[in-house]
Amino acid sequence: MMTFLAEGGAQNPLLPDTAELVVGLLCFFIVFGILGKKLLPNIQKTLDERRDAIEGGLERAEKAQAEATATLEEYKAQLAEARHEAARITEHAREQGAVIIAEMREEAQRQRDAIIAAGHAQIEADRRQVTVSLRQEVGRIATDLAGRIVGESLEDSARQSRVIDHFLDDLEEKAEAAR
Amino acid sequence: MSAHTLLAESGCHIQANCGFPAPGLNSFNFKPIFSVGSFDFTKPMLLAIICMLLVVGFFWAAFNKPKLVPGKLQLVGEIGYTFVAKSIAREVIGKKGDKYVPFLTSIFFFVWLMNIMSIIPLAQFPVASRFAFPVALAALVFITYMYLTFKKNGFRGGVKNLVWIEGLPKPLVPLIVLLEFIQNVITRPFTLAVRLWANMFAGHMLIVMFSVATWYLLTPSFFAAIAGGSFVLAAGMTAFEVLIQFLQAYIFTLLASIYISGALEEGH
Repeated sequence: MMTFLAEGGAQNPLLPDTAELVVGLLCFFIVFGILGKKLLPNIQKTLDERRDAIEGGLERAEKAQAEATATLEEYKAQLAEARHEAARITEHAREQGAVIIAEMREEAQRQRDAIIAAGHAQIEADRRQVTVSLRQEVGRIATDLAGRIVGESLEDSARQSRVIDHFLDDLEEKAEAAR
Repeated sequence: MSAHTLLAESGCHIQANCGFPAPGLNSFNFKPIFSVGSFDFTKPMLLAIICMLLVVGFFWAAFNKPKLVPGKLQLVGEIGYTFVAKSIAREVIGKKGDKYVPFLTSIFFFVWLMNIMSIIPLAQFPVASRFAFPVALAALVFITYMYLTFKKNGFRGGVKNLVWIEGLPKPLVPLIVLLEFIQNVITRPFTLAVRLWANMFAGHMLIVMFSVATWYLLTPSFFAAIAGGSFVLAAGMTAFEVLIQFLQAYIFTLLASIYISGALEEGH
């Protein structure tokens, strides 16, 4: 039929030529094969990688930003902590100073008291000593005097001391009574 | 050889009494360049092979070693690829259309280049105006359409997908089933092939017509003015063809993706 039409000069244009059909299919299969198997997957991969690179870049920037913010927060927290610490230390020092001052005051008080007490003790001891020596002296003088007056030696120590003691006791009794 | 070439050789002009050599179907029939047995290798075949080589060559140069930061050629290729991937496949089929992007891209660029041959000097013939080429591609699209319909929905679901519309009044069912069957199984592949073929055929016919007329009328006489008008029309038609060539390649690819989308749809 094809041959007949061709010979007739007016081929039906809606009758596909078999050879052309085959060539057309082959050409398309070659195009589709090479593009579909190799080239288009290639470029799709690259496009995906590019998108990943761009999105990854954004992601990295976001991450860095977050990190910076976190670091800033940390620093702020550390600063606040340091301030707090300083305030705490100052307060502590103040308290400690007050305690030390109080302690020193107390110590001074205590030392003063001790000195005063020591002074008193010294004075008391001196007084006793004086009293004793005075007593001895007075006794001796009195004995001397009495010996001279009485003319009798009162050298006898036993008697002497008895007399003196008696005298002094008398004296003390009188003083007591007078008080 | 096509009519206008013959004409140019013959040098026939108006007032020479040799008659207007009107272009017709003979403009689309070529003497074989060579023959092997009963196989005739003709100019459309040569052009188809050149188109194949150009498409593969271009994308090979652009995409063989793709870089993250594209060069000029890769960028141009990417624009073409993204056009099919986003404006056609994603738009029509959606996310699951990504699988079919290589098929659609191959169709689009192969068809577009075959159409462009219409206005390339020396080639000057739209390959798709030989019906076998659109038929080959439409057949592949149709086979893909059928394969996906039955693979996705099974036999019963596939048949239902092709002929059934939910919620019809009972009396209309036989009519609609018949119409749907005709539309999906017969009209769709036929019109897909014929639309491309007819557009390229008519476009080429118009260009040949005005070119032949320009030559025929070009005599030192009053007819030279009409020849000028005819030339302007031939040039204008050529420019217009540039648009049609792209548009037909786009429509062919768009319809292919619409069919694929229909096959992948649940129900109808």
